[in-house]
Amino acid sequence: MDINTIIDISLLTLLAITAVILLRLHNLLAVVLLSGIYSLLTAGLFVSLDAVDVAFTEAAVGAGLTTVLLLGAIAVTGREQSVTRHSRILPIAVTTITAAALIYGTLDMPKFADPNAPIHTHVAPRYIEKSGEEIGIPNIVTSVLASYRGYDTLGEVTVVFTAAIGVMLLLSGSRKSKSQNVKKNVDKNE
Amino acid sequence: MFADYYNYWVAIILMMLGFYIVISDANLIKKIIGLTIFQTSVFILFISMGKVEGGTAPILADGITTYSNPLPHVLILTAIVVGVATTALGLAIIARIHREYGTIDENIIHAQDEEEYEDDDEAAS
Repeated sequence: MDINTIIDISLLTLLAITAVILLRLHNLLAVVLLSGIYSLLTAGLFVSLDAVDVAFTEAAVGAGLTTVLLLGAIAVTGREQSVTRHSRILPIAVTTITAAALIYGTLDMPKFADPNAPIHTHVAPRYIEKSGEEIGIPNIVTSVLASYRGYDTLGEVTVVFTAAIGVMLLLSGSRKSKSQNVKKNVDKNE
Repeated sequence: MFADYYNYWVAIILMMLGFYIVISDANLIKKIIGLTIFQTSVFILFISMGKVEGGTAPILADGITTYSNPLPHVLILTAIVVGVATTALGLAIIARIHREYGTIDENIIHAQDEEEYEDDDEAAS
């Protein structure tokens, strides 16, 4: 086993351990901070899998922005822990069956890092060979994202814009709470 | 066999852990975190498929012949940004629910709703 495989396997194992601890914790602050650690580990894994652009986006957006948003949310709602629980039998059964089906499905997949896998033989070589002279920048991911598939990125910006409008509309609504509404109705009835 | 499929299997385990949190935990913020774990597992699956044996990051340089596949990277780059947008929207809905119900526990919210329906029925009859 070379060093890359060892880093890959240990990062994946750490990710699984983090997710299990996250599942068992009930203190919301600890859960949020662990999810930040989880994102950073994912970013590390992406570096070892050669996806450097994805890694720094995950580190900035996943570990940074999402953690800040979650911290903001628990500042508003309080660190209330779940006091009630659903029954566990049904979720465990559903996830186990789904996992078994999916793992059975992976046995048909090309082996990890196999250079002859179908994904590497059709469109990707064209971008790797031609994007340098066609677009003129060395980073192929940037060439595809901003030039060949520029319209998709425009669509992505639209999605983010829509989400931002949704967040603003939801949070800027009237500050009347339900208990106040109920109280008003009672007053009216009297 | 083990190293050949380890990435895919861990991605599936993470996906199921996220799924389990979403369907079994009553706390709405924890559900959102479960959803992000689910999402990240898909990212890991895609990036794992893009890896090429002996390849390097897809940035053109002299003397390098093998690059990992850049297309999954582009796809996941977009998915990460869209993912944080949906997370933000979900958290905004939770903040709104908290303002309305004073709690973010799913079961308590359902109980409050049912109480209200019963009150309405009594008022009607």
